[in-house]
This record gives sequence, structure tokens and C-alpha cells, in this order.
Amino acid sequence: MYREAILNKFRPSLDNILYILHDLQDNNPQRYLAKDDIRVCADYLNVPYSYVHSVASFYTMFSLEPRGSNIIRLCDSPPCHLMGSKSLLTFLKETLKVDIGGTTKDGKFTLELTSCLGVCGVAPAMMLNDEMLGNLTPEKVDAILDRRRKES
Amino acid sequence: MNLVRNHVLISIDAGTVMAGARAVEKTLVEEIAKQGLADEIAVLETGSVGTIGQGVVIVVYPEGVYYANVTPQDVPQLVEEHLLKGRPLKRLMLAETPKQSVIKKERAGLLKEQPRIVLRNCGVIDPEKIDEYIGEGGYLAIGNALASMKPEGVIDEIKKSGLAGRGGASFSTGMKWDFARRAPGDIKYIICNADEGEPGTFKDRLILEGDPHKLIEGMLLAGYAVGASKGFVYIRGEYALSIERLERAIAQARDYGLLGMNILESTFTFDIFVMKGAGAYVCGEETALIESLEGKRGHPRNKPPYPVTEGLWGKPTVVNNVETLANVPEIMKNGADWFRGYGTEKCPGTKVYTIIGNVATPGLIEAEMGTTLRDIIYEYAGGIKEGKKFKGALVGGAAGAFLGPDMLDVQMDFVNLKEYTAVLGSGAILVMDESADMVEMLQNVLYFFKHESCGHCVPCRLGTTQLVKLIDRIAVSKGSQEDVNKLLKISDVMRDASFCPLGQSLYLPISSSLKYFRDEFDAHIR
Repeated sequence: MYREAILNKFRPSLDNILYILHDLQDNNPQRYLAKDDIRVCADYLNVPYSYVHSVASFYTMFSLEPRGSNIIRLCDSPPCHLMGSKSLLTFLKETLKVDIGGTTKDGKFTLELTSCLGVCGVAPAMMLNDEMLGNLTPEKVDAILDRRRKES
Repeated sequence: MNLVRNHVLISIDAGTVMAGARAVEKTLVEEIAKQGLADEIAVLETGSVGTIGQGVVIVVYPEGVYYANVTPQDVPQLVEEHLLKGRPLKRLMLAETPKQSVIKKERAGLLKEQPRIVLRNCGVIDPEKIDEYIGEGGYLAIGNALASMKPEGVIDEIKKSGLAGRGGASFSTGMKWDFARRAPGDIKYIICNADEGEPGTFKDRLILEGDPHKLIEGMLLAGYAVGASKGFVYIRGEYALSIERLERAIAQARDYGLLGMNILESTFTFDIFVMKGAGAYVCGEETALIESLEGKRGHPRNKPPYPVTEGLWGKPTVVNNVETLANVPEIMKNGADWFRGYGTEKCPGTKVYTIIGNVATPGLIEAEMGTTLRDIIYEYAGGIKEGKKFKGALVGGAAGAFLGPDMLDVQMDFVNLKEYTAVLGSGAILVMDESADMVEMLQNVLYFFKHESCGHCVPCRLGTTQLVKLIDRIAVSKGSQEDVNKLLKISDVMRDASFCPLGQSLYLPISSSLKYFRDEFDAHIR
């Protein structure tokens, strides 16, 4: 039902596809585009299922796999790399026991890499859901994760 | 009416918000009220004041004192000392205030400072208030153009100014507009490319966050010149604050009759729509961006036809970068000759740079075209951090080139850098000190390209994969000289054979890093 409400916010025109997919993904409890999401979008825009799938799979902000309740997107562009993002990646992999793209067993965190977030002044940086975080060290990341574990 | 004694500007951009600017602002307002100063002291929001990575930044006027790394706990003391007793709080003062002007080096090394062009209002006005932009002479240029100029006149003036695209391609803006104007058809579009994805670049974000109305006015002038009635801003999905501020600015402009039907009682009709991207570096390429706007995968198109004749939905379309469009109102207000007073003969005007990495004061700066890398690092960015030695700089983002110490005194502009097989690109400068590992830096750049290659054409898709394999081998000292040479060879083929600039530009970081730092690669070869 909630999907219908999302679709009705937009004109059924192809140039709205990214907006619709953003909105569907944001409202999916598992933070991804499920088959149902793709199907309703395809029906609404009157295009084949495969078309919507091809668009969704092209853009890195969309996921076709279920994700954790918190999404970590670590920036690995040259500026962050120069300022130490590699040690953050090692730390995140070890502490969460996941690889890039993986979700923790408790379903609380998904670890992703992202290209430049445009906040290079505070490199190394990452996004936790919609929140930008900068000047990071493994200790700071640890504290952030801890806080988030307690919250959820 | 109350006379305000002090203005306290707080920088609200994505970086300072991250550092807790909203909490500082709240405490500041409360503390000022508590001290009974609410009538005398105004707290205003503004965009980036130019310094980055220094936490929450506030500036107190008329003294012009900059405070950095301010926390809510600091606020009571700051209010009491500076605003109540008039004694600047040295503990939090910024040692080196960011340059708010364009430095001109006269003969004999004398410095002269000129007003900025693109960033004139950034860190000065409140970007959320249209009246402040108007107060600084905003919307005057479009008013004048509508009242007393023909569209061709606007194009002539922009042509005369020599303004060239600031997204990296440096194509003449006036020519582009002229092509689109002459292209047959009634429906034409203006697109602002704000899909800033070049690593290390965030100038467009700070322009959008600091002075969104300037972009709107630039698009209005472009629309009037070209004969378009619709404009789109394609903006990165990650740029939440930019999107919020731009949308607010557009709504304000509509309220004031500056967007919509019959603007300023003329026959000109124009409106702007914001489009949010979804994370694809290749969409910074103009035809890929157009595909994405149409609701497709962001694959680049064949050129020709160029967008100026067949762009969005097959109609003539102008695609300009944020910085390019932000230059336009100032040129129309002050004239092409004034604009030519900045920069070099072949490249007039200024360039906005983001300078980051191992420098003392990373930040957002605006310098004349032709300013040397040495001046940018040492005059604007306070030199290398901790007094270390300069090793190299990656100029122009990942699709840019590494420059070594002997490039420090080369005049940097679009034309001149080409002679050194380098580019100005988007204006990102990543500075590396003596401790940087150049093999690792190149490895990182190649990883980036492998990830962002859209897979549309074979040379780029396979080329980036092979390059990553080679560099991985070299990095762990398992490579051979032949592997190093292969890096060059593959990137050379990619330059000739790739479909779009993504694959074509990889030879820049590869050939330049080998030119300046070959010894480091050799050291990795057994």
C-alpha cells in the first residue's frame, strides 16, 4: 500500500524514475529495491521490468540486495586515501566481520565503499545513512558504531 | 530601529554542519540573549568562508575576526569576552585568515588584491535570503538584459569576455550558446551540470551552498540568450544541503517573479527544476547526464550530434558547469573588458580551486587564471603542513595529472597546462608531501576508474581491469619493468579507443606519475 502512495507523488513519466527509485528504496525496511519495488515502478511508468532493473543496477546509490538497518559508505577516493581511509577500511572489516558489500549477522550494518563525497576538507570521511562524518580515526569510528548499536 | 553593533556570521556548509555548526549556532543565539545583547548583535548564517577541515567557523564583523573549531562549550566565553567586553578570544582565533580576494602579483613581486568574481558573496551573504543577494546587486544583470538587450547582445558580451567552460573542457561558453541559439527548433533547454564527482572537487557544492541565487541568475541569462524556457540542475544525490538550499532559492525566485511566466514583465518565460542523481561518476559527462535526466542508464552518447543541436529529448541543449554559470551575472553586470582584466590573454577570468591534502590551510579559493601552483600552495594555502617538503600534486582530480616539483612555477590555465600534458580539470588540487607513496596513489586512482567505468565500451571496461591487475602486482613488488611499460601502453590505447572522456583521460595520471616518480616504481621492481 505504501508503494502506491509513493508512486502517486510523481507523474508517471520516465524522467521521474530516479526519484521514484530513491523514494521506494528509502521506504523499504531493508533499504533496498526489492523485486516488488521494481515491478510497481515498471507498471507505473509502463516500461518492462527489465528496463527498471537495468536503470537501478547502473547507479551505485541503489542496492538490489537487502541491506542492514545502517549503511556505512566509506569514501575511498584519492584525498581520503592519502589521509588514511585504508586503516578505516581494515578496522571496519575486522570489527564488523564483513567484506565490502556485506551485512553484519545481526543485520545492523552494511559496509560499502563510495567515491568522493565532496567533503575532502575533513578527510578521511564516510557517510552513516544520511549523516556525513569526517576527520575519522579507527577509535572515532568505533565510538560511532557503539553509539549506533545502542540506539537501534 | 535598532542599530546592530556586531554581525556574527556562522558558516553553514556540509563540512561545518558535520562538525556541529547547528548546535553552536543555537547556543550562540541563546547566550547572546542571556547577556542581553540580542538587540545589538545579529547572528547570520552564511556559506563556506573558505576554510575547510577546521570545525565550526564563525566570523565576527566589523572586526573581521575568524574563530575556528568552536564548540558549544566555547560559546559562553566567546560571547562574554568578545561580544560583551570587546576582547577577541585569542584561544580560538584562526592563525591565518582565509584569502577573501584574488591576489594579483605585479612586477617585482608586489601583491595586489582584487575582488573575487565567482565567490564574491560566498561566506558573506545569507544564501537562504534572496534579499541579501539582491542587496549585493543580484538579479541586476538579468533585469538589464531583459530591459535593454537582445539575446544576441548577451551572447556577444559572453563571447567577448572569453569565458570558457569551468567543468574541465574549457570550451567557449559564448560559442556554445550561439550554436544552441542558431539550432532549429522552438523548444530548447539549459542544463546546469552539478554532478560534481571528480575526487577532491567540491567547489560547485560550496557555490551552491553559499550563493545559490547566482546560479539561478546565470541560468536565466543563459536561457534568455539561447531562447530556452526550461532549465534543469542535475545535482549529486549526496549533496543534501545543496539540494535544500537551491530548492529554497528557486521557490523564492518564483515568489519574486524572477522565475516563471513573463519575468520582470517581459515576454521571457523561464523556470528551473532540480534533478537528483543516484551516484555515477560518468554522469558528469554531458551526454551521459542527459541520458540520466531522461530516465535511462547514464551511458554516454555518440558525438556528434552534440547536445547544442540534439540534447535533452532530442532538443537543442546547453550544458554548463555551476562555476561557468556563476561567472555569467558578474560579466553581464561589469562588462567583458572588466572580466578580461583578470587572468591571462588566452584564459581570462579566475578559477575556483579546492586545495586539500598535506597543506597548512586547506580550503576553497579563487585565483586568477595563470596563477602558479607555487603561489596557490604558498600564498593561499599556507604552504606544506608541518614544514615538510613538497613532493607532488594531483591537479584536476582523478582524471587529472600528477605534477612534480619542477611544475611549481608553471602558469596554470587551461591552455598552458595542455603543453605539459596536464589539465586544470575541475580545479581540484591534492597536495602530497615527501611522505606520500606515489605507487599507492596511482593504485588508488586506478581503482577509482575501475569502479566508475560504466562498462559501455570495451577499451575502458577491460582496460581499467587490466590496469588494476598490473598496479596491484607492482605495488606488492611482484611486477616487472614490462608491467610498468604496459600501464603506459594500455592507457595510450584507451586514450585513442575509449568512447568517452572517462577512459580517454586515464593516460594523464599514469603518464604523469611515471614521468615524475618513475624511480619509485622502479624501487618496487625487484
